[in-house]
Amino acid sequence: MNWLLPPGASTFATEIDWLYYVILWVTGIAFVVTEVALVWFLIRYRARPGVRATHYHGNVKAEVIWTSVTAAAVLVLGLMSAGGWDRIKGRNSVPGDAIPIIVHAKQFEWQITYPGPDLQLGTADDFTVRNQLHVPVDRAVNATLTAEDAIHSFFVPAWRIKQDAVPGMRIQVWFQPTQTGQFEIACAELCGLGHYRMKGAVTVHSQEEFDRWNVNRGQLALGQ
Amino acid sequence: MPTIKSSVAGHASATGEAHTHEMSFLRKYIFSTDHKIIGIQFLIMSLVFLLAGGVLAMVIRWQLGFPGQAMPGGGVLPDTMAPDGIVLPEFYNALVTMHGTFMVFFAIMPLLVGVFGNYLIPLKIGAPDMAFPRINMASFWIAVPAGIMMIAGFVVEGGHAAAGWTSYAPLSERADLSGVSMGQILWCISLIILGLSSILGSFNYITTVINLRAPGMHWFRLPLSIWALFVTAILVLLAMPILSGAIIMLLFDQTIGTHFFGPAQGGQPLLWQHLFWFFGHPEVYILILPAMGFASDIIANGSRKPVFGYASMVFAILAIAVLGWGVWGHHMFMSGMNPTLGTSFMISTMLIAVPSAIKVFNWLGTIWLGSVRFHTPMLHAVAFVSMFIIGGLSGIFMASTPVDIYIHDTYFIVAHLHYVLFGGSLFAIFAAITYWYPKMFGRMMNPFWAKAHFVLTFVAYNFVFFPMHQLGLQGHMRRIFDPNEYEFLQHLQGLNTFISISAFVLFAAQFIFAINFIASWFVGEKAPDNPWDDNGLEWTVPSPPPHGNFATIPRVYRGPYEYSSPLVQEDFLPQNRELPPQPAGSAAHT
Amino acid sequence: MKRILIASAVLSLVACGGGDEGGGAVDTTAQGGGAAPAAAGGGSVTGSVTFTGTPPANPTIDMSEEAVCQGKYASTPADPEVMVTSGKLANVVVHVKSGLPAGQTFPVPSAPAVIDQEGCLYHPRALAVMVGQTLQIKNSDAVLHNIKAVPTKNRGFNISQPRAGMTTERSFTTEEITVPLECNVHGWMHANIAVLSHPFFATTGADGSFTISGLPAGTYEIEARHEKLGTKTMSVTVPATGSVPANFAFTATTS
Repeated sequence: MNWLLPPGASTFATEIDWLYYVILWVTGIAFVVTEVALVWFLIRYRARPGVRATHYHGNVKAEVIWTSVTAAAVLVLGLMSAGGWDRIKGRNSVPGDAIPIIVHAKQFEWQITYPGPDLQLGTADDFTVRNQLHVPVDRAVNATLTAEDAIHSFFVPAWRIKQDAVPGMRIQVWFQPTQTGQFEIACAELCGLGHYRMKGAVTVHSQEEFDRWNVNRGQLALGQ
Repeated sequence: MPTIKSSVAGHASATGEAHTHEMSFLRKYIFSTDHKIIGIQFLIMSLVFLLAGGVLAMVIRWQLGFPGQAMPGGGVLPDTMAPDGIVLPEFYNALVTMHGTFMVFFAIMPLLVGVFGNYLIPLKIGAPDMAFPRINMASFWIAVPAGIMMIAGFVVEGGHAAAGWTSYAPLSERADLSGVSMGQILWCISLIILGLSSILGSFNYITTVINLRAPGMHWFRLPLSIWALFVTAILVLLAMPILSGAIIMLLFDQTIGTHFFGPAQGGQPLLWQHLFWFFGHPEVYILILPAMGFASDIIANGSRKPVFGYASMVFAILAIAVLGWGVWGHHMFMSGMNPTLGTSFMISTMLIAVPSAIKVFNWLGTIWLGSVRFHTPMLHAVAFVSMFIIGGLSGIFMASTPVDIYIHDTYFIVAHLHYVLFGGSLFAIFAAITYWYPKMFGRMMNPFWAKAHFVLTFVAYNFVFFPMHQLGLQGHMRRIFDPNEYEFLQHLQGLNTFISISAFVLFAAQFIFAINFIASWFVGEKAPDNPWDDNGLEWTVPSPPPHGNFATIPRVYRGPYEYSSPLVQEDFLPQNRELPPQPAGSAAHT
Repeated sequence: MKRILIASAVLSLVACGGGDEGGGAVDTTAQGGGAAPAAAGGGSVTGSVTFTGTPPANPTIDMSEEAVCQGKYASTPADPEVMVTSGKLANVVVHVKSGLPAGQTFPVPSAPAVIDQEGCLYHPRALAVMVGQTLQIKNSDAVLHNIKAVPTKNRGFNISQPRAGMTTERSFTTEEITVPLECNVHGWMHANIAVLSHPFFATTGADGSFTISGLPAGTYEIEARHEKLGTKTMSVTVPATGSVPANFAFTATTS
């Protein structure tokens, strides 16, 4: 049983993975304590001839203590999580210089619209690519998620991002990759019979490589 | 509170029948108004659906363990499901949908509420039957066509519902997207009818517990199983109508041209999710509270000791039931709803861990200083506690919204839900069946085979579901026909195959239970009135109890957990046993 | 009793209620009986469909996400929207639009109309079938295709064929021109099926030619339909035996 997460490749991964390991430790300790106590009690207090159980109804002080400890622990975990949630999903959390893209989810493909070299959506050099996400490393990207038909979910495991794409809604999800390489988009909301292969190929380029690709595609868009 | 007023002959007026002449077989066993018969009817129907849900799971696990390979025996399936015995993607989606639907609505819920709510409530509170016996009969017989309709979806054109047991719109309402039309409609109608069955049952249980308790059966002398069933019945009464309403809206979108959930005409897909989960979260507490109640009764009995902190256990049940209404959004963290709601639902979700933790500590405290008898029901009840600990702790990961970004809609969630529903509810159901079987059928189940079933099930179960945590942590999504399409998941095929083989073993082990259950009914050792030396009122009457339960309505003097009391020599002290007056300052209990 | 009545009322409601694809049509499958034989005898219409001018360039398809299909092409494949070879236009469905005696039924061809998925494209792109005739859909690619039919008058379907060699059969109950076919796994795949209530139709191949035979003598309106370039009609008078010509010419602007 491997409790380790696979390598992360975005700024969010650092924060989310850290929270995960904190919760793993806390719940791991709770798990060991309670399960060991359970097994220990079953062995220690098994029925033996001539030994009677103790007629005991409870201990309010003990209950107050373990209830308070539990409540404090979960509240702390909650407050620790709240900050991260705000930084990742908060509507005001998107960096101002994030590259805007549109990710339009449709049975069973991802149609990604890029702003082109002017980095502005809605201009003549925009272009749309199917199932391929190209981004530069160490830059924030802000995706507007839309959906054509059913609910889909934009999931890039390596970046620890996931966001449902809902027909009729425009939902922001932003991310900043920290490593170049190839990754995958997976659809994480059942969307029909092709759901299992609604995948996309992610390429994180160096800034120079991305610029070359971007200019090239933008010129093609203008030329057409 | 008013307790029962009528005398012995009351049971005749309660049922409205004369019992001096013999009833026909049909009246006595088929269209019966006796809560015990109705409970057994629910038991048979639910166990059939539990088996069917298990069969569906085996097909799912075949595809995941041996993707794209012909299933042994798959040749019997039509080409619309599995041509050449190889499962089609759309059939796979229907399988995961119907596995969840069968298990939640037609197996676990009726096993907990329809079976044991019916069977135990009148007996354990000292009543001759339910407050409304004919409505009780209707509640079962309305569930039957619901079940038939739900099975019929497999044979209609387009196949069965395939949008998940959660049936998210717009996929569930658009046949052009899902390829499913009639199947989804049947799913809707079946659940509306089943909801009616549940609602009829629930107000019967509530009224009975409030009004028909025997003299001396004060609220704080009720067994925790009854407290749990009572509170669950209130949840059912409040939650099922919400589901019915949502499903009616979905049905109208599918059939008569409304657009509640269709965005092109101004509807909102998220509205379905809010409605479904507002029902759905109390529903999962409906699926666990009775299990917790049975575990408390059986652990106290097995430990020969009072439940540790009875009053806290009651308040924890109430807290879970109340707080359970405020957490539904945690199923929707990634849905696109306002992120601020994510934070508020996270806090409420973290808080609801507390009453569940209280219950776990108190079960541990019950065993502590006890004298533990390892009868089969105790084994299952202890397994319930240990598996529920895992299920509950795994919930904390998903309660943390940032971590949920990663694990939502992965096998981590599948692991969690199976640890609470199987590791939790189903082990408690096995505990309850093995415990009350002697009372229901007048026979003991074979103890050797019952224990063999327990050991095999417990081991195989953990081999199936524990590794699913790892699948989820590696990013393995849910409801995925073939994960090998993704490079990042290909290395997990070995683990999926291991899980599938363990699942086949787990399924096979259930036949030990099925054979034991059926054979013991006919040739099992005759059961005494009180094989477990339990304090409850049901153990003061014969196994099985006669129609009307009690020759005379009992009088209750104490709570149900007075095991190893210093007042008597035996290590148990039934609730209705009168003791000579105790001197002042002795260990007398309310 | 009441429960059974309610249950059967609900069940009959369910059985009669339909999906939302439009009313289920009455079965119009004909089996002979008063029908003019479509085999031997009768007149015929023969001709060719041409394209004048420079045909528009077909858009290229980026198939890099589906290596199995991309590997079947020597160069970047193009979407066969307008296929012109030496001035001849392919994928045109030519059919009798009017002129057949009212109420006459015709035997349904027993041979299926076949549409194949090869190289992640439908072959043929345009197809005509008769009401009740079997449409056989084949998958010659070792990848998942889903076949989604989105008719307005017929019952639609959305089914999968995950493996090469799989065949599925469907048929239509109502005349509809045309029923679009699409694959959602490969969003560039499109085909159109014309569903006709008579067997007097043909589809042009690369050489642009067609023959509609077995027609009783009479005057008919013949329509030629191209998915992108529109429709053209002409009136022909068919003799009792022998052939009469009909040629259609399409240009870049739709009619």
